[in-house]
Amino acid sequence: MSDEQPEGARPTADGGEAGGAAGSGDGIEAAVAPSAPAPPALAEREAGLLSRLRADLGDGIVEDGNACGGLVVRVRPDMWRRAGETARDKLECDYLSFLSGIDWAPASAFCGEGRGDASTPQQPSEMDFGTAGSAGRFQVFARVASTGRHWGVTFKCDVDEEDPHAESWVPVYPGADWHERECWEMYGIVFDGHPALRHLYLPSGFEGHPLRKDFPLLAREVKPWPGLVDVEPMPEAAGAEGGGE
Amino acid sequence: MTVTPPGFEVDPSLLRHLDGAQIGVELDNGDMVLSMGPQHPATHGTLRLVVRLDGERVVAADPVIGYMHRGYEKLTEFRTYPQVTTLVNRIDWLSSFANEVPFVHAAEKLMEVEAPPRAEYIRTALTELARVATFLLFLGEMGLQVGAITPTFYGFRDREYVLNLIEGATGGRFHPNFNRIGGLKDDLPWGWVAECRSAMRKVLDACDDFEDLVLGNPIFEKRTRSIGIIPAVIGASYGVSGSNLRASGVDWDLRRDGEPYLAYRDLDWKVWTHPDGDSFSRYWVRLQETRESARMVLQLVDGLPSGPIMAKVPRVIKVPPGEVWVSTENPLGEMGYYVVSKGSTGPFRVKIRSASFSNVSILPWLLKGCYVPDVISILASLYFILGDIDR
Repeated sequence: MSDEQPEGARPTADGGEAGGAAGSGDGIEAAVAPSAPAPPALAEREAGLLSRLRADLGDGIVEDGNACGGLVVRVRPDMWRRAGETARDKLECDYLSFLSGIDWAPASAFCGEGRGDASTPQQPSEMDFGTAGSAGRFQVFARVASTGRHWGVTFKCDVDEEDPHAESWVPVYPGADWHERECWEMYGIVFDGHPALRHLYLPSGFEGHPLRKDFPLLAREVKPWPGLVDVEPMPEAAGAEGGGE
Repeated sequence: MTVTPPGFEVDPSLLRHLDGAQIGVELDNGDMVLSMGPQHPATHGTLRLVVRLDGERVVAADPVIGYMHRGYEKLTEFRTYPQVTTLVNRIDWLSSFANEVPFVHAAEKLMEVEAPPRAEYIRTALTELARVATFLLFLGEMGLQVGAITPTFYGFRDREYVLNLIEGATGGRFHPNFNRIGGLKDDLPWGWVAECRSAMRKVLDACDDFEDLVLGNPIFEKRTRSIGIIPAVIGASYGVSGSNLRASGVDWDLRRDGEPYLAYRDLDWKVWTHPDGDSFSRYWVRLQETRESARMVLQLVDGLPSGPIMAKVPRVIKVPPGEVWVSTENPLGEMGYYVVSKGSTGPFRVKIRSASFSNVSILPWLLKGCYVPDVISILASLYFILGDIDR
């Protein structure tokens, strides 16, 4: 019923991506990458889900996107728990697949070239956001699915960089408990309303948030990856350079 | 104050004795905290379970995980796409091949590449073989956990046939790393199909043996019936998936109900469910699924299409920007990857959704109120792999 709204939102959502594809395009990938990555419209089922979500959340939905056929819905931070409740009660999404965080900060500023490890794939140096966009560096995202109706939705929600807080989903999906503990220790995002944010994987005295992009992978910092083929120059090159020593 | 689990008949004279004993416990002692693990035979690895006991009864249970955390989500950000398949191999090490498939599919979806039909058939066959191998180990191990040692030997013996097949096709018994983006590394070797048929017949026979040996055993039934019941609604809200959820009566299998993947649409097979949701039904469902998988493999090798095994992909894999969520029905449950690409040779972020993590997260709820020996039976019947919890 409200199909016009997502249509209007989509060009802005994916304009940045289209630019990124064109910028990184070279002869190799041209064979497989589509020349015009115009996002295909959501399938009928996903569009129906979106309109049902819109009916309940209204302007709580900031943006929606299409991730290779999957529905991605970005909601306002104050509607995060409400989005989960809507998915559970109105969309019959009884199953929590996962809940996690994402750090959109560019990786290349902290690792990669010039940081002792040239084997790391080079990511774009400017910050850009994926499907359904983001307001800043951190986001929380979760996937819920329906075991009876066999559909699923990915929700995203922006998290403030200075004071990372998000509403807890534990009252909605009890399984979110461990996922939020993991997200808290890995990204430093605090979940309001979580019964006990304790370390899950890391030892309790651990400092820092390992999955943040500015947290270095220390093993690579200390020593270049031994799997890198051309760490040492070839013998004849070494002989030519080191002959004077 | 004595609570009897449903379906578990107890001699009334024994109950009177228990009542007296429990009063003594309540007067004299507080709760006892028992630490099971990190090295406990029932945990298949380093899972520590801290349980608070009132007599023999569990008041609260807190699984402590992370002893095997290898930081794969961080490591994927430092690897190229083909290198990541080596990592994801080691998440659930009993069914490594099945772990590769969703990740490779995610990359293929973003690149809009499709593997040729022959590759998809071989992938399906190897995924199902991984499932058979994983479940055969379970069918044997579960007997061991409740005190029957014979099924273990049968389980290991028959799993060996399957591992030989996987090794014959891929070169690796546990970590094949056989998937390539766009297809497979190699075609099947000569004679593999005939070998596969005879092995699958052995597996089908073995399933009959397990049915007689384990399911028909009254002690096994006493130890597992009405033990560790997961109601469907609770299970789903905790993210329990796969056979564990189907054993609670949820008719949901991603091979049939998810995004179409591999060659499952071409096969004639059935999704098995059990209404009870207890340890017994989890064993029963996995036994039926082992049979079903063996039959699937027989159908796959019969209908194996000819043709290439690799699609045309560039030598250096660059994945166009975008996001994709791909999840598949792995032996332990729903295994999924949320891949965020920024057009580079490596992923920007990979969220790994592993089945055991969510399956085990229900333990604090599930173990509350059960007896200590049942903890073992419940742990074994949930069937988790530590690498799949800790990633």
